[in-house]
Amino acid sequence: MQNIMFWEAIRRAHDEEMTNDPLVFCMGEDIGVVGGTYKATQGLYEKYGPERVIDTPISENGYTGIGIGASFLGVRPIIEIMSVNFAWLAMDQIFNTAAKVRYMSGGQLEAPIVVRSPGGTAHQLGAQHSARMEKVFMGIAGLRVVTPSSPKQAYGMLKSAVRCNDPVFINEHELMYNMKGDVPDEEYFHPLQGSEVARSGKDITLLGYNISVHWCMQAAEILSTQYQIDAEIIDLYTLSPLDRQGIVASVSKTHKAVIVEEAEPMVGVGAEVMAIINEECFFELDAPPARVSAVNTPIPYNHTLELAAIPNAQDVVKCVLKLFGR
Amino acid sequence: MGGKQGQLSIDDKKRLLQEMLFARRFEERCYEAYVERKIGGFLHLYSGEEACALGVLDAANPGSDYVITSYRDHVHGIKAGIDPKVLMAELYGKVTGCCKGMGGSMHIFGTESRFMGGYALVGGPFPLAAGIAKGIKMKGGKEICICFLGDAANNQGTFHESLNMAKLWDLPVLYVCENNLYGIGTRIDRSTAVVDQYKRVAAYNIPSTQVDGQNIETVYAAATKAVEHVRSGKGPYFLELMTYRYRGHSMSDSNAYRPKSEERIWGKRDPIINLRDQLIDAGEMTLGDYKNIDEKILDNIETEIVKFAEDSPEPPLEMLEKYVLAENDPWVKGGAS
Repeated sequence: MQNIMFWEAIRRAHDEEMTNDPLVFCMGEDIGVVGGTYKATQGLYEKYGPERVIDTPISENGYTGIGIGASFLGVRPIIEIMSVNFAWLAMDQIFNTAAKVRYMSGGQLEAPIVVRSPGGTAHQLGAQHSARMEKVFMGIAGLRVVTPSSPKQAYGMLKSAVRCNDPVFINEHELMYNMKGDVPDEEYFHPLQGSEVARSGKDITLLGYNISVHWCMQAAEILSTQYQIDAEIIDLYTLSPLDRQGIVASVSKTHKAVIVEEAEPMVGVGAEVMAIINEECFFELDAPPARVSAVNTPIPYNHTLELAAIPNAQDVVKCVLKLFGR
Repeated sequence: MGGKQGQLSIDDKKRLLQEMLFARRFEERCYEAYVERKIGGFLHLYSGEEACALGVLDAANPGSDYVITSYRDHVHGIKAGIDPKVLMAELYGKVTGCCKGMGGSMHIFGTESRFMGGYALVGGPFPLAAGIAKGIKMKGGKEICICFLGDAANNQGTFHESLNMAKLWDLPVLYVCENNLYGIGTRIDRSTAVVDQYKRVAAYNIPSTQVDGQNIETVYAAATKAVEHVRSGKGPYFLELMTYRYRGHSMSDSNAYRPKSEERIWGKRDPIINLRDQLIDAGEMTLGDYKNIDEKILDNIETEIVKFAEDSPEPPLEMLEKYVLAENDPWVKGGAS
């Protein structure tokens, strides 16, 4: 077991997959000579050369389309979009081509690309650099959307995503690249479908993903020590397709549910998970399911306002206590 | 394949005349089927532009070289190697179609023939073509990718982004601009500051030529040079073909925006009639020969192609949820580990 940072785990996955298969290459802005804004490709340019570690111009839709075209020939691109805010510009190619090409060609062509991109609200990056876009990607049929909460997941998901024949969007978080965690020494492939019980409990289910899993963990600690509420935490590491079974199993056990998301509530993960709970296990509920989400605004620059816009562990605690009538 | 140094032999001309006439008759039959509501959705016909796709691809290696284009894609697909009856069945939405009825007119695919698709977002294939070329390069292949798009696609950002990267990385891609003077209903001089498209490419240091797209000999000669350039590893090339579509942008287009005088001028430059008359004048063919060829084509379209499409079954309902995600992909479950 190695205790490494998120970026080191992602870098290791790149390195192993590029060694394993000469048709794996990566492309993105500043990923080569610079080594990546978040160091996820550090040293790979020197090791694999400019044909396989490609510094692209700032042309998100263009280079994403190039990656997709290359993938038609069985080549495996890992495309880094420096910030998820820039991924808006590549949506045409991701949605109109990658997500649909197998379907509209009657199964003849597929686009086995990986797009990695960090989103989330970091420190005072302002409205145009603080988007949380996972809900947009998960609304499109034909894409897989995964989002790691730990270095182990980040490592294993990227490895599986490179080999999977579907286009996979990996939603990372700008604040998590230096977070440490245990990653197995041996090669490990994380599933791209499902969810996992991050903390076992009996009184309430907290459903989170990516950074919000950590808020749930902090909240569970407070709930346990201060309020004797034993929370179960479901890590929804796959946002599309969502793990209906995993959600239902936990909620049917605890009979209460709170979904925690960093994004705005409109048409989001919380709304979708709530719909699943209502469809699948409404009569198991002791209280209406609730969600803890961001305020429905762009993200402000001012730090006090920024913190007020997005949820935190205390908000989760408050929401849970309300469900318990305390 | 045609003759050497970009010259077409008499036999090549006769063969290409037949191919162009077939393309014209095929497209006109699609028109009828659309009016009869046998073909649905949007239908973009290639009538008038035949010398472009057929002339360029005759100078390349269809079936080995990769071809990609927009939604005006039937003739390119057939020349690449898709069986016309299977293509017609696709237009009918039948399960025997090249995409099993899942694609339709704007999404013709034939990967066995390396026809990498028709795409319906204007300008979408620019980066895909460069990507295919990147894939060829990574696999060490000698093939090239040929991307056909209309003039109006050059006003998309993808044009500039892709040409920049294609040159930056010297990718083996030939961009063919079929300049038919209209972007849907807007004439090029009302939408585009630089009307000569080949000039715009100079900004990316990519060699380019503009030639008459209504003369298949000219197209063939220019394409031969272009293909050679790209295949020799010198990077991308841009070939602009001046052409005209006889129908509207699509079947839902009344075509009222074009002056009749302009249509008459282009009508006199018809690639099929002019090549036919050239062969007749040279004593290589009689009008009777031509009419015989035409009748055979019409008969073949009716009895083989349309009949096949008509008689084919609908896709089963289970097809609805097929092909969305990969079936039984082991890596979805984390592989063997």
